[in-house]
Amino acid sequence: MSKPKGFEKPVGVKDYLPHAVSKLRGIERSVLDCMRRWGYEQIMTPTLEYYDTVGVASATSDQKLFKLLNQRGTTIVLRSDMTAPIARVVGSLLKEQPFPLRLSYHASVFRAFEEDAGRDAEFFQTGVELVGDASPEADAEIIALAIASLQAAGVRSFKIAVGHVGFMNGLFEETLPGREAEQEELKGCLLQRDHVGYRHILGRLALDEAWRAELEGILRLRGGREVCDQALLLSLNEGARKAIGHLSEMWDVLDAYGVQEHVLIDLTMIGDFSYYTGMTFEGYAANLGFPVCSGGRYDNLLAQFGRPAPATGFALKTTRILEVVDEEPAAPEKTLIVYTEKTRGQALAEAQRLRAEGRIVVTEIAADPAEADRLLREFRQGGRIAHRGAEYGELAVFGLGEGGARR
Amino acid sequence: MTDGGGILKVAMPKGRIYKQASKLFREAGLPIPDDFDDSRRLIVPVPEAGMEFIMAKPVDVPTYVEYGVADLGVVGKDVMMEEAKDVYELLDLGIARCRMSVIGLPDWKPVIHPRVATKYPRVASQYFREHGQQVEVIKLNGSIELAPLIGLADRIVDMVETGQTLRENGLVEMKEMFQVTSRLIANRVSYRMKNEAIQSLCDRLSAVIPAQGGG
Repeated sequence: MSKPKGFEKPVGVKDYLPHAVSKLRGIERSVLDCMRRWGYEQIMTPTLEYYDTVGVASATSDQKLFKLLNQRGTTIVLRSDMTAPIARVVGSLLKEQPFPLRLSYHASVFRAFEEDAGRDAEFFQTGVELVGDASPEADAEIIALAIASLQAAGVRSFKIAVGHVGFMNGLFEETLPGREAEQEELKGCLLQRDHVGYRHILGRLALDEAWRAELEGILRLRGGREVCDQALLLSLNEGARKAIGHLSEMWDVLDAYGVQEHVLIDLTMIGDFSYYTGMTFEGYAANLGFPVCSGGRYDNLLAQFGRPAPATGFALKTTRILEVVDEEPAAPEKTLIVYTEKTRGQALAEAQRLRAEGRIVVTEIAADPAEADRLLREFRQGGRIAHRGAEYGELAVFGLGEGGARR
Repeated sequence: MTDGGGILKVAMPKGRIYKQASKLFREAGLPIPDDFDDSRRLIVPVPEAGMEFIMAKPVDVPTYVEYGVADLGVVGKDVMMEEAKDVYELLDLGIARCRMSVIGLPDWKPVIHPRVATKYPRVASQYFREHGQQVEVIKLNGSIELAPLIGLADRIVDMVETGQTLRENGLVEMKEMFQVTSRLIANRVSYRMKNEAIQSLCDRLSAVIPAQGGG
């Protein structure tokens, strides 16, 4: 590549100008505050981790990790999510803390550079992990909190699709016992959302017709609690029935939370099988082509950090939410204080007093009395003034113009 | 995916596939004229069907759908394989049937530095890698058949419909890689947020898909 021009930055990283930052901070504050009210405490971990520990344990595929070498040749990753770092902390610094642990975070996470627009190399995630509780209550709490967080972020219209890796695993084991290669092929199609490929494979497998119809019918099986009842009729496999039992109980809890209108059960919704061990879910917002949150149960991760424990959690894709939330927080009024050399002490003391009250105050030494006069005139006429590119709602003038009038 | 009050936005490929695709949609009871193709309009609303059609270059269809500016799209499997976008592949429409093949001169023998010319570099490299061959892939944008004739590459990977062009140029189909038909694809979010409308469209299309298409 030729030498970058002065204004360029690497592909996939972004600058955030003041108006975007105030919006982003607004979302971050409301969401973290929402999580705090659910008893989740915020945690921070370093941007850099070892590839061999957190890098390998994370759900991100190897080629998507952002890798670096340190001066000794050890491979370092920029964290690709917060789940694996939190698992590391839970297994070490928090080792003595009893379960369940409720932790929240807001952090930027990283991916290897990709050329396509919309695939950021650095983006924000806001999320929680609930460690040490395997119950359907815990999974439902996570989904209910995801819904509350989306609402706190200002996302108005959204849906959550929930699945369970145990059901598809059980159903495949029942219909294709011991035929692992074929099971993998079918799972691969579901993971890649390739329904055509899934049906084609089913079409050529040596399989009982009733099973074939059933496996194909799965593609249309989605909706509310009735899906669980229908699924129970489909499979006698113990794993599958346990998964459905778990989902039904979760549904009852979500019902009690009063949020089931946002939730849809879709048994083909499966996350990465090597990582997720139970329920998985994704959230979708109207007007945005990509999911706004995702999460699930990952009961095998903590063991990799020496403290085996069930765990569940989710992450909001905060950078994307920024695109769907249109309401800009109202910019707070600013006060302009203009002074001369002689009145500097008085003016700056007044500025400090106002700032202590929580007001935003900008101080400027006046270039000449005419300018102070113009500002005063403008302020008396309209109430708002523009000065050197910024707008102010309040004005105080010290020691200038006719009698140094001030408001 | 602008909300548009439940309007389904469908990205349609301009050119070869459009006639067949629009015929299929009409058979499914969706009143779509067959001559958008000739007009220069890029966005064609069909309010009576609750749909809007976006006329796109075929290779761009998966991109529109992945980013959600179109809820659905009609696109060849060849493009799907090459573009590798994260979208739902819902239906095999069974139209625009052809195949992706490895093609060469009839007297082809293994060469020291094998070179393959193609419009589908990702598909070609993946195929040869899976078959234990390391080849150099040269991306061309058209008239792929020229490459072996003038010595740019010893083989090509391209779509074959009837084989007429190949025969006329003295080339042979060495190996069929996979069958290609057009697919109905959906955006990940639209698939959930507009599920009923999409499912009902799928059902109507399934009913009229040519039998051998195997939805």
